[in-house]
Amino acid sequence: MRIPAIVMALALGLTACGGGGDGLEIGMSVSTLNNPYFVQLRDGAQAQADKLGATLTVTDAQNDASQQVNQVQNFTSQNMKAIILNPVDSDAAAPAVTAAERVDVPVIAVDRGVNGVEVAQTVASDNVAGGKLAAQELARQMGEQGQAVVLQGTPGTSASRDRGRGFEEGIKAFPNIQVVARQPADFDRAKGLDVMTNLLQSHPDVTGVFAENDEMALGAIRALGSRAGKEVKVVGFDGTPHGLTAVKDGTLAATIAQQPKLLGQRAVEAAVKVARGETVEKSVAVPVKVATQQNVAEFETS
Amino acid sequence: MPSKRSAAWLAENGAVAALVVLVVALSLLSSDFLSLTNLLNVGVQAAVTAILAFGSTFVIVTGGIDLSVGSVAALSAITLAWTATEGGLPWPAAVVLSLATGVACGLVNAALIAYGKLPPFIATLAMLGIARGLALVISQGSPIAMPEAVSHLGDTVGRFLPIPVLVMLVMGVVAAVILNRTYPGRAMYAIGGNEEAARLSGIKVSRIKLVTYALSGAFAAVAGVVLASRLASAQPQAAAGYELDAIAAVVIGGASLSGGKGRALGTLVGALILAVLRNGLNLLSVSAFWQQVVIGVVIALAVLVDTLRRRGTN
Repeated sequence: MRIPAIVMALALGLTACGGGGDGLEIGMSVSTLNNPYFVQLRDGAQAQADKLGATLTVTDAQNDASQQVNQVQNFTSQNMKAIILNPVDSDAAAPAVTAAERVDVPVIAVDRGVNGVEVAQTVASDNVAGGKLAAQELARQMGEQGQAVVLQGTPGTSASRDRGRGFEEGIKAFPNIQVVARQPADFDRAKGLDVMTNLLQSHPDVTGVFAENDEMALGAIRALGSRAGKEVKVVGFDGTPHGLTAVKDGTLAATIAQQPKLLGQRAVEAAVKVARGETVEKSVAVPVKVATQQNVAEFETS
Repeated sequence: MPSKRSAAWLAENGAVAALVVLVVALSLLSSDFLSLTNLLNVGVQAAVTAILAFGSTFVIVTGGIDLSVGSVAALSAITLAWTATEGGLPWPAAVVLSLATGVACGLVNAALIAYGKLPPFIATLAMLGIARGLALVISQGSPIAMPEAVSHLGDTVGRFLPIPVLVMLVMGVVAAVILNRTYPGRAMYAIGGNEEAARLSGIKVSRIKLVTYALSGAFAAVAGVVLASRLASAQPQAAAGYELDAIAAVVIGGASLSGGKGRALGTLVGALILAVLRNGLNLLSVSAFWQQVVIGVVIALAVLVDTLRRRGTN
């Protein structure tokens, strides 16, 4: 898993270096490129950098927080004018940010925030708001009554925490919907299938499922078989290409679509501004949107 | 008499006793546990781990370790899906190619270990990275749809019998026969017991290691194809971390990590213990954070009971 990813990261770094002329040099450390979501984020950033004439160097931290700290330190010694950081871990990223800002290199955090230190700007989707939207959409499609289960992401991750919290807040408004189980499936499709299969044994009358990402939702749909989309409504999160296809087919009731390309784009815009000494807002919330069968077409092109 | 004999048999097989305790406890705690459908679900959920673990049993019996099985499973499934969809190969050819991929990974591991004198931990750790990386390279990081015909491996025969359970049982019998009834199988025990003695008694140790790791790779390929069939989709990130479940299953089943000991039946029981536990935790709605604690404690207890009992009898 490690070695080829390093080669890929090097290759990406090289192609990114080859692009620009006299443009601003910006470094970007992505938490992992083994996930289509972050690949889209990088693509959005790269496109915007090309448009603005900046040179973007992308590295892959492979979900390793200590490797990410090294990458940020390397960026400062390469005289990058700004650094875009997509933290592996919001807490562990703080020392890297401190080190960069000590040598006056501004840092933009993207997709996840950095805890404990101030960055120039945080560009992120609002996961709590997304969780709330998911609760509202699921309630609507369940006819505001019945039993629901939640498939949780990897325990302890901020995405799982925030989406779960938003969902709980949102579902409170519907007293006739009972959340009968909350179980972890680690953001993984195969585990989503197994956990949903097990939950159907103890709660056969479930009519709603909230999965904290699309992969688990697709696993749950597999467990539900022909009941998915008909008797049982499944709502996912992320709006991945496979998730959107399932929404179009009607097996996934809805997904809360994030806009990773827009996140990357906004982060580069901010990085270019701060590198030129302009002031920027402390935080930018990139909206999440509910994708359903009615409006799914507008997501697939973006 | 029969009850006395079965009690003696249970004492001899610590893992079986642990499984029985677990099943009885869960039946009492959850009214949904002891139904045919749920038990078949447990079987399906054990299948992938069990098949990987059968392959790991060969390796652990020789005193080695194979950390690459999860990655090799993913690479084999991706190879199948990619050659059948993008490559346009007929699916039987793609299946053969996928098995060949597993075997090839195993042979590379064995060559590094037997001829390159690398410790098995390092050789297979390298393969863990290489196979996972190649799966990502081939798939460009995205899941690939499995060919329709192969996906039926994830279905059921008739209304009830899940095919993954059948595949698991067949692979278990194959593993048991190889271990007990063939020359390479017995040579694996000899190598695990004392490699130098095995060499001196005329066993071609390097050649047996090639067979051992090739078998592990082949079993990993089968596990990968079963996993992908259940999802109808081959995923480059599939089975990440499953090597540790496989090793745990083998050791819970009574094998020794220092080699020379281990049986296919024990491994099956070890995999079933892990699956029963995860299923039960879901049925009981145990919180996400506690689940990991419980699983860790049960693994430790299962092996501890077994080793204490052995020490007592010796």
